[in-house]
Amino acid sequence: MPAPGVVLILTVVAIVLVLVFFLVSTIVALRQITKGLDEAIASVVEIIEKTAPVEEVVGTINQYLDAGVDLLEGLLVKKAGMRDAVGLVDGLYPGAAEAGFRNFPESTEITAPRISEVYTKGTLTLARLGREAPIAAASPIGGAVLRNVTGGSLAARSLYPEVRQTRPERLDRSPVTGTDSPVQYEPSDSPGVRRRLPGGTAVLDDPAPARWASSVARRRRPRRTTHRALRPPRRRARRCPP
Amino acid sequence: MTVWWILDIVLLVVVVPVVIYLLAGVLSEARGIVPSVRRIGAAAAAGSADLDAVPLLLTTQDQVIRTIETAANYGGSLDVILDDAREE
Repeated sequence: MPAPGVVLILTVVAIVLVLVFFLVSTIVALRQITKGLDEAIASVVEIIEKTAPVEEVVGTINQYLDAGVDLLEGLLVKKAGMRDAVGLVDGLYPGAAEAGFRNFPESTEITAPRISEVYTKGTLTLARLGREAPIAAASPIGGAVLRNVTGGSLAARSLYPEVRQTRPERLDRSPVTGTDSPVQYEPSDSPGVRRRLPGGTAVLDDPAPARWASSVARRRRPRRTTHRALRPPRRRARRCPP
Repeated sequence: MTVWWILDIVLLVVVVPVVIYLLAGVLSEARGIVPSVRRIGAAAAAGSADLDAVPLLLTTQDQVIRTIETAANYGGSLDVILDDAREE
């Protein structure tokens, strides 16, 4: 065989070997791809199966939630009125007044009263529920107040002592206290007993507190600076022998 | 004889490199797809695992139904005990 023929045969054989190598490698790679795609397809099938009932369930949930929104919106508008309802919703969710109520398109045209900036939610609730709270007099809703605010306030004074109840102008003025106060009081040794009044007058007219104070001093109890320790002692009724 | 040598040279210099280049390109692209396919399979498996909680939507559905029913009951009671807003 001539030399060129041998070279040709060897070249063809080499080409065939190269083709075999690359094609087999490609086949292996394609098999891996097929295996991976099978796994992916299996997972996608699972996803499809799992999400199949979601539409129905979510549809039912949305249906009930829509019914709840319709119920609450209708109840709020019915009980509070359109204007206050918009104000309340806008107070809870600022900016919600622009969107308005879903079932009341006219609610978008209402200027929401600034309810939440003036009153707290609890006060608003009291003001809405029957208007029995004093704050209902200034309620933005402008409804009639069922409770006499002034009379109610005076009635509460009966809970205090008589002077405060009927003649509050006769009550002593509250003393000015502090290091820069115009009248400086010296600290007392015993509760209820002053060393000396600022004017240099007598300490106490009633000897009973003094006796009480001396008895307290004799007991040598640890002094407590609570309001109870500064309270005048109660007089106990003693039966003196005839 | 000279023609045979020319054919051999052309075969070795032109055909063989072209064949190798093309086959190498096909193989490299096929091997490049494999990791992508594996990532797709892993993502699909993870997505499928994430949807294991989907049956809980049935519980959510029941809870929503009960909540709305309760709200409806309260709303009916409030409708009875509260006066309606006055018409302005």
